[in-house]
Amino acid sequence: MESNNKVELDKVTQDVLNVIDSYGFKQEGAYNLRLNGMAVCRGDSRHINIVTKEDKPGIDIHISGEAKDEMVHIPVVMSQEGVDIVYNDFYIEDGADVTIIAGCGIHGEGCSETRHDGIHAFHVGKGCNVKYIENHYAEGNGTGQKVLNPVTKIYVGEDSVFTLETTQIKGVDATERENYIELAENAKLFVTEKLMTDEGQTAVSNMDVELNGENSSARIVSRSVGKGNSKQVFHPKAIGNNSCHAHVQCDSIIMEGAEISSIPEIDARHVDAQIIHEAAIGRINDEQLIKLRTFGMTEEEAEAVIIESFLK
Amino acid sequence: MSAALRAVLRVSKEKEVTIQMLQVEHLSYDVLEEGKQSEILSDVSFTVNDGEMLVITGPNGGGKSTLAKVLMGINKPTQGKIFLDGKDITDYSIDERAKAGIGFAFQQPPRFKGMTVRRLLSLAAGKTLDEKTCCNLLSSVGLCAMEYIDREADATLSGGEMKRIEIATVLAKHHDLCVFDEPEAGIDLWSFSMLIKRFEQIHKEKKESLILISHQERIIQMADRIMVISDGKVESIGDAAEIMPTLFGQEIDSCECRRQKGGDLYGV
Repeated sequence: MESNNKVELDKVTQDVLNVIDSYGFKQEGAYNLRLNGMAVCRGDSRHINIVTKEDKPGIDIHISGEAKDEMVHIPVVMSQEGVDIVYNDFYIEDGADVTIIAGCGIHGEGCSETRHDGIHAFHVGKGCNVKYIENHYAEGNGTGQKVLNPVTKIYVGEDSVFTLETTQIKGVDATERENYIELAENAKLFVTEKLMTDEGQTAVSNMDVELNGENSSARIVSRSVGKGNSKQVFHPKAIGNNSCHAHVQCDSIIMEGAEISSIPEIDARHVDAQIIHEAAIGRINDEQLIKLRTFGMTEEEAEAVIIESFLK
Repeated sequence: MSAALRAVLRVSKEKEVTIQMLQVEHLSYDVLEEGKQSEILSDVSFTVNDGEMLVITGPNGGGKSTLAKVLMGINKPTQGKIFLDGKDITDYSIDERAKAGIGFAFQQPPRFKGMTVRRLLSLAAGKTLDEKTCCNLLSSVGLCAMEYIDREADATLSGGEMKRIEIATVLAKHHDLCVFDEPEAGIDLWSFSMLIKRFEQIHKEKKESLILISHQERIIQMADRIMVISDGKVESIGDAAEIMPTLFGQEIDSCECRRQKGGDLYGV
């Protein structure tokens, strides 16, 4: 597919893309748009090469070590009902510096399920700097469930830094997220997870981090807001197999009839493994509300500001 | 009354007309403790004139902070009336009082996860503040602006830093009346001098009326009038020159007072 032949996208698709790709999806550089189970447009750049898988749905993304401060956009949009399972593998060579913007948006008007399961694997070489940004979102008036079940496996090589930012703020009825991360010597992981659920939505987030290499480190920050009658379950697990540092912090604001459970697990298998877990769940802080009301905001306005900042 | 009209009155009649910015009449505040009605504030009446600085002082636990919270609408009075610039605001909510012109600096300000200092100041001002304005505000409370403007107003800030940001939030907008609850608490000596200067400046400009709750001699010295609150009551109120001499060097008296009430010293 020629990279300079831009494909005309309908309004629904473009609107969803605007939400899930905050950097802007412009069909420039390296990109791949998967729409209703089909790759509709694709482009390569000099250092980033995207190849269709032969044996199963999905793509292989090859990122050369020459890539410096480059981006690749690989959004998924579903505007028709059905189940889409896709396998994307990233091969990132030693020394690459890249930002990957992924994410999935569902526009559901139908009455049956719309589901996307994105199975991602990242093979990160040595001395890389990789940022992976993933935005999950759903909209539409359909009664069919809008479901996202991502599986993300990340193998971070020596002296590499991997930053994972995952956000799901609106519309997804059910999600089950599986993350598995391995860190080699001196590898660093930064994870920021932001989640808001409302009405009858459910979200389960499991994350296993294996700190295998000497002097590897992980910092995981998870912030969530549960509204309506939604349910959230967090299960972060940090396993220190070597001299390492890990800090897991889960903070949740609970509102109305929501249920949130946070099940931390920290597991040290080395005398120099330092692993810390902090978890807190509570309602919106009254003092914060009062403070903002002394600025002249109503209770509802103050609440909205607190949640917006918390999930920023 | 509009600010312009007040200014005219001030200029034309000088000291002959005293305009009351705040009028508090027979204010009481009760709480239910272990099934018993307990009185935290009892029949408190006082006024604050336009452009005046009133310092409220008195022993810990005497009801000063509660009074400040009742003025802001955070606590609802059991009895009494509050008038701001002649308007009865007794039934106003917190935000209505803010809109009516009251600013409030908390003794122990809350922290906000994810909110930058710049955003907090903008929310306080009610409009997006440019970098220069934010920097001026922070500098005026003794903070090196560039270090703080994009930091989060969360638990990574020290108590003294948060406290100064709290004061800056009140200075971010004009208020007819500002209430500062122990502004000096947790603030180092250097920043404290700066703060004093800032209060002196506001006081001199006479554009805002000030209520400062404080135990600090240097703050008390700035007052036009001083009110002593003890055991939920107005113990004394008057011109600074009159009240000042009665305040210091009376430790023994206040001890006896507390002993009689079965208070702090003898405990349990």
